[in-house]
Amino acid sequence: MLSRRVIPCLDVRDGKLTKGVKFQGNVDIGDPVEMAAFYYEQGADELVFYDITASSDHRDIMIEVVRRVAETIFMPFSVGGGLRTVSDMYDVLLAGAEKVSVNSSAVQDPQVIAEGARQFGSQCVVLGMDVLKVGVRPEIPSGYEIVIHGGRKHMGLDALAWAKQAEDLGAGEICLNSIDADGTRQGYELTLTRMISRAVSIPVIASGGAGTPQHLAEVLTEGAADAALIASMTHYGDYTVAQIKDYLHQAGIKVRRHW
Amino acid sequence: MIAIIDYEAGNLTSVERAVKHLGGDCAVTRDLGLIAGADRVIFPGVGAAGAAMASLRRLGLDQALADAVAAGKPVLGICLGTQIIFQRSDEDLAGCLGLMAGKVVRFAEDMPGQDGLRLKVPHMGWNQVRWVRDHPVFAGVDPEAEYYFVHSYHPLPQDQADVVGLTEYGVTFASVVARDNLVATQFHPEKSGRPGLQILRNFLAWDGKP
Repeated sequence: MLSRRVIPCLDVRDGKLTKGVKFQGNVDIGDPVEMAAFYYEQGADELVFYDITASSDHRDIMIEVVRRVAETIFMPFSVGGGLRTVSDMYDVLLAGAEKVSVNSSAVQDPQVIAEGARQFGSQCVVLGMDVLKVGVRPEIPSGYEIVIHGGRKHMGLDALAWAKQAEDLGAGEICLNSIDADGTRQGYELTLTRMISRAVSIPVIASGGAGTPQHLAEVLTEGAADAALIASMTHYGDYTVAQIKDYLHQAGIKVRRHW
Repeated sequence: MIAIIDYEAGNLTSVERAVKHLGGDCAVTRDLGLIAGADRVIFPGVGAAGAAMASLRRLGLDQALADAVAAGKPVLGICLGTQIIFQRSDEDLAGCLGLMAGKVVRFAEDMPGQDGLRLKVPHMGWNQVRWVRDHPVFAGVDPEAEYYFVHSYHPLPQDQADVVGLTEYGVTFASVVARDNLVATQFHPEKSGRPGLQILRNFLAWDGKP
């Protein structure tokens, strides 16, 4: 039986982790390659790197990070942030990423999903969605709207309709981030996650709100998510991936426990 | 030298990186001379069966692979590389290499999972392999280990003697097959962490005898 995935997310700026990650002994690690190796050994099922480098001049720094990560860990990882064209995707995939994720660029130009899927295969193309609960309106029938720029810009696009459209265009996976839940550590947005996950046939990674292992258990059952993204709960040493997986296993959720 | 067959199908660098990490001397190549001179061959691939077969034929690699298998060299298929060693695939209704008897079929769209929800296709993520017979390439791996899969089609071997491992996803399918010097996995050993590297290490040391 397929395991549900636990996926740490690392934010990178100019080749460094934006928040030093603290572990046992309070070691502050700023190197994404070292952190990737650490999570690989801890039993993470996949990694997500989000490049928040402001300047496109620094893109080659991220490519170098991707290349070094790919030489160090032998499991899938995706890279997102600032990828606008098929050529941007190609650079990241060639450097060794398994998947690329597109978010606001796909909202502005949905064809980038189709072109990426055609060039590299659907399994390589992840759609990142930032979603805000706005209530049901004629143009937002699901009550959830797509936003970009960290939630500052409303796109007038219904989240459910967008998820289905992206699947039709060839996205192989959806990383679904609730702006409402993000950073709260109060749990994932279960209603949204379940709605999207049941409406598409591609895997959905839930993102935003994880604070305890129970939150992951909820989103992987009630939320019908195929995978759960985590960040601060492991970055600051509150939990290890292994502890989270032990909890999920105890809760009857199939996870990978031998690595 | 290990030839990693380059037939314009997806990301081949991850296989190359894993083999180099293990100290293997390898080249990603479509050069027929290099492939003919190689000690062993890895046949990876991500993509669609129809396009892959068209590339293989255009580049003469279909014959090169058949020759490597006939010469008794250890040959490892991975993912799409595994599917197209069979006789045909329902994907693009492609006629394939026929190096192993059987065909390749799609997962059904309406398979129920344990929670009652419909199973998603592609089968993407980590899953286990139930080993049904011993094989040198899979010696010493933790039987509880999991491997990284990403695929919408799966092999249906004609001869059950070719099946080495089975995986459950709505149906029970042959995820590892082998015959003589040919061995093939539906999962990606190069992305399956330590157990995957162990399998690649075993392959690099294998003499091609079952």
